[in-house]
Amino acid sequence: MLNMQNVTKIFRTDLVETRALSDFNLHVKEGEFVTVTGPSGSGKTTFLNIAGLLESFDDGVYDLDGQNVRHLNDTQRSRLRNEKIGFIFQSFNLIPDLDLFDNVDVPLRYRGFNSSERKRRIERCLELVGLANRMKHLPAQLSGGQQQRVAIARALAGEPRFLLADEPTGNLDSKMAHSVMQLLKDINDEGTTIVMVTHDPSLAREAKRNIFVKDGKVSDVTHITASTPEQVASISASGACHV
Amino acid sequence: MFNYYLRLALLSIRRNPILSGLMVAAIALGIGASMTTITVNYLMSSNPIPQKSEQLYYVQVDSWDPNNPAEEPNEPPDQLTWTDANNLYAAQKAERQVIMATTAAVVEPPSQDAKPFNAYIRLTTNEFFPMFDVPFLYGGHWQASADKGREQVVVLSRKSNDKIFGGENSVGRSLRLAGRQFTVVGVLESWYPAPKFYDVGTGAFDEPEDLYIPFLLKEELQLPNGGNTNCWKTPEEDSFAGFLRSECIHYQMWVELPNEQDKQAYLAFLNNYANEQKALGRFSRPLNNRLSDVMQWMENRQVVTDDARVMLWLSLMFLVVCLLNTVGLLLAKFSGKSAEIGLRRAIGASRQALFYQHLVETACIGLTGGIAGLALAYLGLLGIGSLYGSFADNLTSLDINMVLLALLLSLISSIAAGLYPTWRACSIAPASQLKSQ
Ligand SMILES: Nc1ncnc2c1ncn2[C@@H]1O[C@H](COP(=O)(O)OP(=O)(O)OP(=O)(O)O)[C@@H](O)[C@H]1O
Ligand SMILES: [Mg+2]
Repeated sequence: MLNMQNVTKIFRTDLVETRALSDFNLHVKEGEFVTVTGPSGSGKTTFLNIAGLLESFDDGVYDLDGQNVRHLNDTQRSRLRNEKIGFIFQSFNLIPDLDLFDNVDVPLRYRGFNSSERKRRIERCLELVGLANRMKHLPAQLSGGQQQRVAIARALAGEPRFLLADEPTGNLDSKMAHSVMQLLKDINDEGTTIVMVTHDPSLAREAKRNIFVKDGKVSDVTHITASTPEQVASISASGACHV
Repeated sequence: MFNYYLRLALLSIRRNPILSGLMVAAIALGIGASMTTITVNYLMSSNPIPQKSEQLYYVQVDSWDPNNPAEEPNEPPDQLTWTDANNLYAAQKAERQVIMATTAAVVEPPSQDAKPFNAYIRLTTNEFFPMFDVPFLYGGHWQASADKGREQVVVLSRKSNDKIFGGENSVGRSLRLAGRQFTVVGVLESWYPAPKFYDVGTGAFDEPEDLYIPFLLKEELQLPNGGNTNCWKTPEEDSFAGFLRSECIHYQMWVELPNEQDKQAYLAFLNNYANEQKALGRFSRPLNNRLSDVMQWMENRQVVTDDARVMLWLSLMFLVVCLLNTVGLLLAKFSGKSAEIGLRRAIGASRQALFYQHLVETACIGLTGGIAGLALAYLGLLGIGSLYGSFADNLTSLDINMVLLALLLSLISSIAAGLYPTWRACSIAPASQLKSQ
């Protein structure tokens, strides 16, 4: 599904060159749930941004779903992001003056679905995260945990094959964090591949695999529960909103 | 998608009402100022009689001073002498022809309640009305025999008919003019050609005269000269008749010539006439006779004043300044939206989609500014109208073309102003905005 070989990312400013990733190697299979941990500044966000086609890289090979993404243009990258990838950010990133319905609607608009299809998906996904009855509320009227649930609903609405989350629980208390984690696990059980960056070791342990990033490299991989490739393959690849 | 962008645009405009208001105000001021001057220029240079402006020719013959041209570098005089006007008219060489001048006299209305007043009068020949497509409310123009017979007949403007006869059909009724009894033969519809092309000498945007009477009554009633009179040599006799016989120019002539052939023939006739006059000891200058159609004559008389042109350029520069302001405001506004833009980029909006979204937003602001600008332009024209007096009625109307132009101009200029800020906003890297907050 996701295959990075010797990916290198260098940030250049006038004064310094920062090697955020150097020879980063990772293979994530369809249906996996991978957590990413590591010290601050080690390159976790950089890896996730590159994985999500938000950022370019300087060297190496990155195949997403069998497609080499190195030379895609902006429109093609936007399209891939829109169709295959869902994002969840630490700071929810909801649009403050759109209500929940319209926030979840955003990726669907760029997808070009008709209005009844959009409505169906939005309602399902908000139901999945338990917020179907708050559709007309504005983000500011929700708690942090609820806002993150909306962000998850938004990430899922396009039925992505691949969900990227950068410290999705970083702004939540541990009870909320665990409920969001449970939601992600349910989604993963439905077949969506998930890569999640976290600082919380207890959350990291809940995933099937944890990778540890240090100095822009994968320095350790822990398999928490052994899951054979056959098991992985048997999980339906359909989107998580088909509940 | 357009509806979606429109909704987002309205949301975004509501989000910072002050910034949006400032942008609308900047565009409105620029559009208001430039539309005011554009309208004035447009109306000044508009064709007052488009259906036949290319068949009506103003006649000039060079009867001027042998040693100096009437106007530098070598322009023939802009009016005719009494002698030439009458000779050329008598020849009847054109399809239609009219000779005319302005004068003034006291009108005594028949009703006891209405007070006598001084009226502006056009002395003209009967074909004036059909030649210039002058519309009649009641009656019609006088016949050629009335010109010849110096009959005391009068055509009233609608306004003076309202004043003298309370707007009734006054055909056949009489009034006293310059101490004589005149019979009304016709009343005009409201008629305000702008520019007042048939005689721009006294002001290209003045109102037409109150009354029209046969040309030769000038001599008969010894009516005074209105408008401009120019002489290159002092009249030899002091009397009224002596003045008419002098080389002073005061009369205008128009001819209607349906095609180019007619025009060439008429020009040949004028040259021939000038040669005849040379033989009589007049017309000492080289042949320099001219026929100008309506728009050529408007150009020659500089109906669009230099002032108006300068104002036009100044106001367009002002519009540019307003737009530069708008560019700054848009930059501020869009940089406040960078988080949202980064987010939209991250979840699948292409640069193109975002560009389009923000263009719709800019166009909304531009159109609102344009509509507000139209209101300002309307006020500006009212202001100009009150400065120039009667100019107001003719020049200060916003027609549908101007309204469309204003909206188009505001749309184009706001989009032009929005291009750079929009481009900047859309080139925000999707990732850079997501970490912060
Ligand atoms: N836009 C940028 N310009 C320059 N350097 C950058 C940029 N983004 C990240 N870096 C540098 O790249 C390195 C990796 O940063 P990254 O954000 O990936 O770390 P991280 O592992 O996500 O850290 P944290 O756990 O604190 O979020 C850091 O040294 C950082 O300073
Ligand atoms: Mg990070």
